[in-house]
Amino acid sequence: MFHWLEKNPFFFAVGVFLVIAFAGIIEILPNFAEASRPVAGLRPFTVLELAGKNVYMKDQCIACHSQLIRPFKAETDRYGQYSLSGEYAYDRPFLWGSKRTGPDLHRVGNYRTTDWHENHMWEPSSVVPGSIMPAYKHQFTNIADLETAYAEAVTVKNVFKTPYGDDIQAGKAAWEAYKPKVLAEAQKIAANMKNKDVKDAVAAGKVPEVVALIAYLNSLGTSRYEAKK
Amino acid sequence: MQSNAALEYDYSVAKLFTYTTILFGFLGMLIGTLIASQLAFPELNYLLGEYGTFSRLRPLHTNIVIYGFTLSGVWATFYYSAQRVLKVSMAESKFLMFIGKFHFWLYFVGALIAVITLLMGITQAKEYAQFEWPIDIVIVLIWVLWGVAMFGLIGIRREKALYISMWYYIACFLGIAMLYLFNNMSVPTYFVAGGLGNVLHSVSMYSGTNDALVQWWFGHNAVAFGFTVPIVAMIYYFLPKESGQAVYSYKLSLLSFWGLMFVYLWAGSHHLLWSTVPDWMQTMGSVFSVVLILPSWGSAINMLLTMKGEWNQLTENPLIKFMVLASTFYMLSTLEGPIQAIKSVNAIAHFTDWIPGHVHDGVLGWVVFMIMAALFHMAPRMFKREIYSKKLLEAQFWLQTTAVVLYFTSMWIAGITQGMMWRAVDEYGNLMYSFIDTVTVLHPYYAIRALSGVMYLTGFLMFAYNMIKTMTSSRELSEEPQFRSPMA
Repeated sequence: MFHWLEKNPFFFAVGVFLVIAFAGIIEILPNFAEASRPVAGLRPFTVLELAGKNVYMKDQCIACHSQLIRPFKAETDRYGQYSLSGEYAYDRPFLWGSKRTGPDLHRVGNYRTTDWHENHMWEPSSVVPGSIMPAYKHQFTNIADLETAYAEAVTVKNVFKTPYGDDIQAGKAAWEAYKPKVLAEAQKIAANMKNKDVKDAVAAGKVPEVVALIAYLNSLGTSRYEAKK
Repeated sequence: MQSNAALEYDYSVAKLFTYTTILFGFLGMLIGTLIASQLAFPELNYLLGEYGTFSRLRPLHTNIVIYGFTLSGVWATFYYSAQRVLKVSMAESKFLMFIGKFHFWLYFVGALIAVITLLMGITQAKEYAQFEWPIDIVIVLIWVLWGVAMFGLIGIRREKALYISMWYYIACFLGIAMLYLFNNMSVPTYFVAGGLGNVLHSVSMYSGTNDALVQWWFGHNAVAFGFTVPIVAMIYYFLPKESGQAVYSYKLSLLSFWGLMFVYLWAGSHHLLWSTVPDWMQTMGSVFSVVLILPSWGSAINMLLTMKGEWNQLTENPLIKFMVLASTFYMLSTLEGPIQAIKSVNAIAHFTDWIPGHVHDGVLGWVVFMIMAALFHMAPRMFKREIYSKKLLEAQFWLQTTAVVLYFTSMWIAGITQGMMWRAVDEYGNLMYSFIDTVTVLHPYYAIRALSGVMYLTGFLMFAYNMIKTMTSSRELSEEPQFRSPMA
């Protein structure tokens, strides 16, 4: 049979494809219906948090930080309750990471504050002496892309039925109407920050990347849902 | 043309990909050395403003090495060896010649755009699948062009039976096509939201655990079909050619090829051990990873036994040295991987520096060594000149071998130290170390790794210099060498 296949490239290719596709069909498909069910009380990311998630992706925090707490005592002692599948139901993409050059962040919203994150992003070694993380000062001046984050919310609501409110609708007018809510949320974060330029920018209706990122980091943990006691 | 007349093969496409292999190899390893140094000396993060931080450069490094260097190498060797094993010249078909050149130029332009968007931070944040949807579409086009060239050449072949290398190139083509398409399924937000925001932005079709499953089914097997399969294709062609020996066993080739095809894709879930992926899937990943030793070692042993009775060539010909050491590193890497996929070992190894250690003994020792040896074998035949310097080749070999050993030993120690410190508890069951303790303790190992990077990069520059000299100013050859590549 193998000799025959080697002389008939078409059937050879079909044979190879069937053999390699087999594992995917058995392993991946059955999980799809099951795993995307959200834990009770989980809410999707707000538009500001989505903008922050996009900053997290843009600056590739994922290169050094994981968001997956494994079910070991050392990890639950260090970071908090181990991660559950249903907590990630609205995460597109998943941001588990594959390397911990820095600590895990899945519960960071439970034990770090806006102020801590502000200092940390400005100069990591000021709050963690010996840190090898670079400073992310450009996040204090770069303006977050809220409109793209809003477009993302509209997309996941319309295409994947993510439970957002009726005020999230496609189109420029809907976005203009929604924008004040995002700014109000940003003002709450900025109120707890010290940096004068950031405060001024938010007051003027522009949201620096660091504000969105902090909103996102603060949402990580159990603050997006009521954890079962 | 009569079937027994000597064929004039056309190497114009193979040459183009040879140039980009050298260019992207240099860039990828330069950035690799820089980011390795940043972990040891964090001040180096500030050389290029926001574009120079470790986090921004790390995906650039992986993508340039995988899609820039390795794929260029794969295609350079493909456009060279496919003609020869199929007994057909590219020059015989104007259409295939056009496809081959179009393939190259679309790839080159696509690669430049990809580099720029990654630097700007336009990314899906999926490892090794960072590109946003417009670039994905270009990548699919590039892939289709390669497919047309491959099956076009197969269609007009004179040699009826496909040589082993062609099996592996076909598998590389099909495997990556399937994996890449499924993993990069995403919805562009701009259009759904009625013209809002950035047109390049998209969201993944899959969420959370599902997204992770698809990503690592892709991520692991992109290694399989990008770093294993086409490199095996190379060694099956170039080692017998360079040594003048027939492949040791046809049966072993069959077993290892079909075994690899069937087993490899099951192993992807070993990246997700102890995660929220269902247990049965984790177990499958773990078990099949161990089974994977068989087909992997099958190919490697087949290659080593090809040198049976001819081991003297190892001392006489540095290209044989490169290829034999590549096979050996392949064996090391494919034993190390399954060990890391055992659940109890993975509990320590995952998230630590042992993982980049494993990747790099595979890539630096197996992939890069094999590609460099293949290009050295091709150069005298493509450019009709002998290899510029044997001495330089020897020196390069020892410098880079030392560098690889320094790299993986330092990362083994670093990774296991990290893993053990994270879980260490005192007599009362309290954690003994804060996270930052586990960072600062790694400084010496990171410094050793940076040094190994500098050494390996220097070796690669020696390779590039030797290649460029071979192309331009080495002694000309009157006829094509039969087996061993001539070198001064």
